[in-house]
Amino acid sequence: MTDYDAIIIGAGHNGLICGSYLAKAGQRVLILDARDQAGGCASTREVAPGFRMSDCAQWLYQLDDAIVRDLGLEAAGLKVGARKRTVALQADGDHLSIDGDFLRGAGIGTKDQAAFQAFRKQMDVFGKLMLKLYRGRAPKLVDANWPDRLTLMKLGLGLKLMGKTNMQDLMRIVLINIYDVMNENFDHEGLKAALALDAITGTNMGPRSPNTVYTYLHRALGNQLQSKGVVQVMGGMGALGDALQKVAETHGATVRLGSTVQAIVKEGDRVCGVTLSDGTTLRAKAVISSADPTTTFRDLLGYQRLETGTARRAAQYRTRSGTAKLHLALSDLPAFSGLDTAALSQRLVIAPTMDAIESAFNPMKYAECGPKQVFDISIPSIEDSSLAPSGQHVLTALVHYLPYAPKGGWEAHRQAVLDNLIEQLEAYAPGIKGQIVASELLVPPDFEAAYGMTGGNWHHGELSIDQALMMRPFPGSTQYKTTIDGLFLCGAGAHPGGSLMGLPGRNAAKEMIKQGAFA
Amino acid sequence: MNKYDAIVIGAGHNGLTNGAYLAKAGLKVAVLERNPYIGGATVSRELHKGWYYSNCSYVASLLRPEITRDLELPRHGLQVVPFGGGATFMQNGDHLGSYSDHDRHYREIARHSKRDANAYDRYVADTSRQTKLIRPYLLKTAPDPTSLKLRDLRDLIEFAKSFTSMGEEGLLDTIKFWTASVGDYLNEYFETDVLKAHLAGSGIIGTALGVYSPGTAYVLLHHYMGDVDGNVGAWGFARGGMGAVADALSKAFLSYGGEIICDANVDEIIVRGGEAKGVALKDGTEYHADIVVSNLDPKRTFLDIINPKDLPDDVIQKAQNFKIRGSSGKLNIALDGLPTFDGLDPRSKLMAGDLHFSDSLERQERAYDDWKNGTWSKDPYLDMMIPSLTDPTMAPPGKHMMSVFVQYAPPKVEGRDWTDEDKDGFEKSVIDQIAKYSPNFKDLILHCETRTPREIEAEVGLTEGNIFMGELTFDQLLFNRPFPGYAQYRGPIKGMYMCSSGTHPGGGVMAAPGANAAREILMDLKQPNTVPGGYADD
Amino acid sequence: MITSSRDIMLLPTPFHSRVEAMCDMNDWGNWMGYTTPNAYFDVELEYFAIRSTTGVFDLSPMNKYRITGPDAEAYLNRMVTRNVSKLGINRVGYAVWCNDAGQVMDDGTIFRLGEQDFRLCSYQRADDWLAWCTLGFDVTITNESEDLAGLAVQGPTSCTILTLLGCTGLDQLKPFGIAHFTFEGAPMMVSRTGFTGDLGYEVWVAPAQAEALWDQLFEHGREYLIKPIGSYALDMARIEAGFIQAHVDFVPAEEVVRNGRTRSPFELGLEWLVDFSKPLFNGRSALLAEKAKGSRYRFAMLDIEGNKPAEHSFIMKGDKVVGTVTSAAWCPTVKSNIAYAQLEMPHGAVGDELVAEIYYQRELHWTRMLAPCRVIDGPLFNPKRRRQTPAPPF
Repeated sequence: MTDYDAIIIGAGHNGLICGSYLAKAGQRVLILDARDQAGGCASTREVAPGFRMSDCAQWLYQLDDAIVRDLGLEAAGLKVGARKRTVALQADGDHLSIDGDFLRGAGIGTKDQAAFQAFRKQMDVFGKLMLKLYRGRAPKLVDANWPDRLTLMKLGLGLKLMGKTNMQDLMRIVLINIYDVMNENFDHEGLKAALALDAITGTNMGPRSPNTVYTYLHRALGNQLQSKGVVQVMGGMGALGDALQKVAETHGATVRLGSTVQAIVKEGDRVCGVTLSDGTTLRAKAVISSADPTTTFRDLLGYQRLETGTARRAAQYRTRSGTAKLHLALSDLPAFSGLDTAALSQRLVIAPTMDAIESAFNPMKYAECGPKQVFDISIPSIEDSSLAPSGQHVLTALVHYLPYAPKGGWEAHRQAVLDNLIEQLEAYAPGIKGQIVASELLVPPDFEAAYGMTGGNWHHGELSIDQALMMRPFPGSTQYKTTIDGLFLCGAGAHPGGSLMGLPGRNAAKEMIKQGAFA
Repeated sequence: MNKYDAIVIGAGHNGLTNGAYLAKAGLKVAVLERNPYIGGATVSRELHKGWYYSNCSYVASLLRPEITRDLELPRHGLQVVPFGGGATFMQNGDHLGSYSDHDRHYREIARHSKRDANAYDRYVADTSRQTKLIRPYLLKTAPDPTSLKLRDLRDLIEFAKSFTSMGEEGLLDTIKFWTASVGDYLNEYFETDVLKAHLAGSGIIGTALGVYSPGTAYVLLHHYMGDVDGNVGAWGFARGGMGAVADALSKAFLSYGGEIICDANVDEIIVRGGEAKGVALKDGTEYHADIVVSNLDPKRTFLDIINPKDLPDDVIQKAQNFKIRGSSGKLNIALDGLPTFDGLDPRSKLMAGDLHFSDSLERQERAYDDWKNGTWSKDPYLDMMIPSLTDPTMAPPGKHMMSVFVQYAPPKVEGRDWTDEDKDGFEKSVIDQIAKYSPNFKDLILHCETRTPREIEAEVGLTEGNIFMGELTFDQLLFNRPFPGYAQYRGPIKGMYMCSSGTHPGGGVMAAPGANAAREILMDLKQPNTVPGGYADD
Repeated sequence: MITSSRDIMLLPTPFHSRVEAMCDMNDWGNWMGYTTPNAYFDVELEYFAIRSTTGVFDLSPMNKYRITGPDAEAYLNRMVTRNVSKLGINRVGYAVWCNDAGQVMDDGTIFRLGEQDFRLCSYQRADDWLAWCTLGFDVTITNESEDLAGLAVQGPTSCTILTLLGCTGLDQLKPFGIAHFTFEGAPMMVSRTGFTGDLGYEVWVAPAQAEALWDQLFEHGREYLIKPIGSYALDMARIEAGFIQAHVDFVPAEEVVRNGRTRSPFELGLEWLVDFSKPLFNGRSALLAEKAKGSRYRFAMLDIEGNKPAEHSFIMKGDKVVGTVTSAAWCPTVKSNIAYAQLEMPHGAVGDELVAEIYYQRELHWTRMLAPCRVIDGPLFNPKRRRQTPAPPF
């Protein structure tokens, strides 16, 4: 006797999306989350009285518009702002603006201008092919069944149809680093750095690390999936969580917040439910975890309930990250040299050169906090005044790179690093220091504690090729299934990975329905 | 009469191999060499009386046994002698030794970790599986996946078959091996830093990547796929130094009627009506042939010795983008006696192998950070050998010759060309590194030849001093080597071919590029093939 | 600092001084990095010591692991295919363990010394796999290989000799039982186990007591015709008795390089060791699938006509090669020509008539011979004394 068809662990965006699709298909779905707010990393938090900020992800870029449509997210209250330009701040105040296919300022030459358009065009060609691979389960290569073979044939055909030059280029660059590809295409250091920043966001890699072209393509898929540029969510990213909760409930799923799953229950050789921290056991035909693979296998199921080879693969799954976040509550709109208010509301990037990004990356490899970081900044209160008291502002910034466990522990470093980050901002926004009402630094272990992402890795596991696509999260547990009957994965640790895309949740739901997981 | 059927530019080992197979097929072949001596990067030179240096390449393993046998290189004087031993010295005074005996090696690792000592067997099995997969493709032309030609499709299917035969998980593990960093890969097996560092060296030698850079596990494979007498992964010395390889190849070439012309500095490949017709030297001499094979690296080939008007634009751009990064240097040292190392018996068998001084991945990665910052490594990774412990011809009795391969050395120092002061600083950092572990080392030095990328480029003609004639990253391997669309040894000009390490399967004194190119040329000429196929690798 | 001790490649075992003194053949081998005797004086006579009097074999190079902690039983139960919960304290169980694909990594014996205290004795080193298996379990694994010296004391008079040594009441010990004694003031563990298929024991002491154990054993055993035996004699006995050996009859799964060269317990004739009633053990789902789908190979024991050992032979059915021999020996006690073979399914069912292609040479003259053979159901040598309790005196 089961209480539900499916119990989903985690009401993050993937858990809610998976639950919504399943409920829509008529399954009895229960979505559980330890937090009191739905959305997981799609979260808004009051950092200081009256100052609300997107606590984790700050930009919406890759959410699949098919999901928005299928689930009626807009009707459920999701409202996004205008598409943002990227403004790459230059030391001399002549900033570079990247607006769709167009570049302005910073002395960009016509050669780079043309090269950028050609580059974008080619990335779109590659993105279209990737989309075929991202919108469904990643095919097995050897044990492929007919649907997998069909996908493989489609991909092969797509590869051929993009033309010989594009095919050669894709096969040449897909495994290498963004640093070389940028240098091959462009002259302007600021442009190269601004684009390279997209490749390293949320990763454990520098622009010189091979594999960063793949992470760039992953990020650039936003151009195929949604708004052709980053946007902010009105009300902060938590509003996306709220909307997703609403659609899940509308479709008939039960969302139970404040319920911590203690363990996944396995009876005999199959998973049959979960135990909550209050001791309740709930049973279902399928348990679907949107927690990251490490949390799922190590903490909720327990390695001792897996065969050793699977436990070994789970333990070897890599979850390092160098992504931190800076939150500032400001008494006034900060003044960045060379930027007017309209420009200030855009996505601001501080990454002067690719070598600067690489230099920021180096110390992290040795668990050290480097002297300089790179920033991806949002001042969302300009477009959305609800986020701060009248006339005041909030600034959030993704900061790369800070280590998970610096020598001596974070508490020995936190204040100094925070001061140093503010000092670095001060160089571009003179006077910002005096405007600070409240400030905080969130480092990888903070994200781990607050959102359960092991290692503080935003992708629920590093997005390196050997942990991506048909290998995600690891061999033997792909295609949203695990080695144990009744246990499934629908989080960012499953294909195609993280970035508020929603595709792991959607793909998992569709795949489970197709495979008759509830029969 | 300067008229030949084929002209090969560059008397390195690949040029000589290529020439030998063309001459064996009955072609009239000349191999042109800029230097007064042959060999390229496979040379032995007496720069200090009585001592012979393998100035560039210093060990042999990848040289294809099929070629050695087919060209009768042993009859022409080549003798490859395997060496044993090796060690990584640690900062705490201990070391990790390397033994060919399985159980002795186990016990040595077990001093550091029993778990690692046992995991080593799994590591060897897993890496052997990868070498087995790749070895059959060394003496084959890489199929072009964008091509619809029958031959390419057939080869691609064969390629796919050997991959899929590994099973789903085996294939995914293979993809991991081909894409992971050597550091992450080793972390999956071992807990001991010194063991990881000892093994990781093979993942960075000759490469402008660090041990934490994805893709370096494959470089490890490149160093594991050779063999000495069927012992896959074993390395040996060419008796008399690496010049013995070039020497034997040249004798084979001459025995088929080939001609070697030294002091022949090629200025340009002569192209008429879109077809290669010969070469012109800097001194104005011309040699004519309908087949011109370049054994220079792709950058020198397409940017230096071919007139841009004879090339399609995409090739010029591809050559400019071709990554051939200087990352290594070399010291060759004449020693008055045998240096001793702290914690190691001077009679130890370990001394005859490769000796290293980086005992952690972190130190190796920091050495790479220096390179990224445009300077030589202050705490360099060294692959150091004393070949005179194995080969008595390298130094007078009781004296020794030391070969020190150094990782990393940048092609330019902080953006400018190397100066003599830089070279001295580089030399000092290497000698100090060794002296830290060897108290009597500095006193034994009689002569030292130091080669930064500047010297390697100037003397050997390897652009930026890159020993592989092009990075071994995925954009430059197999059907991408040197560039997509030109990875089957044929150049963009009719009659023009490439046979250097810048083509598949890459560098490391394999002679496979030279042989593979000859096979393609003979195919185009509709001549019978003289190039042997690979041994079945069971 | 320069150390100048000699770098000895193979180590002596704790019994080496005594072994060396008795090794008249001076014929040595390398077992696990230890210098071990292939033969002491005469292989055939050594073999007959096992079957007729008592043979003593130095077991010290075997790998020994102590597994302790609250989860020790659960840990082993997840690792091996048989049910360890059924193993009582002071009992020994033979077990195999597989990887997730259900392919055999090694076999060995599990000694249950307490509720939460086990010793695993394996032919292969297992540090790496044992460590991976600890993920999620509260257990401690200790490599005891160098802390324990062991002798196999095997043969009809073995019980009597060990009783004289001070193992009072040993005759009451059942097969696969463990008894604890004191020897020279230190613990001595005796188990009724062995690799010979005969009445026999394995005796374990600390290395410090090793030489005294050897001396006293041979002192007490002299009148019962005790003899030292080397690896060659033991190999004959183990083939006669039906025991398989890693790297001879199968390759440990994680050391296999070539596709398809691993073997499952079913393919090694060890189905009886697989207990599917356990909800979880390594290889369970793969083995269930194999059971449903059928195995690729069958491990067969062959009784071959004639007296030419079928070493490295191909096994044929008609003109078709259906398998190869992994171990072969002329077995002097049962006077039979025995071989183990891995055969492609469906061949190898008990009673199958096959042909072994045997090559042998006499005075440099090679002969190829096609010897008919028959698949038999278990070892021909299986004496009553092996199982009798109390154990007979000789």
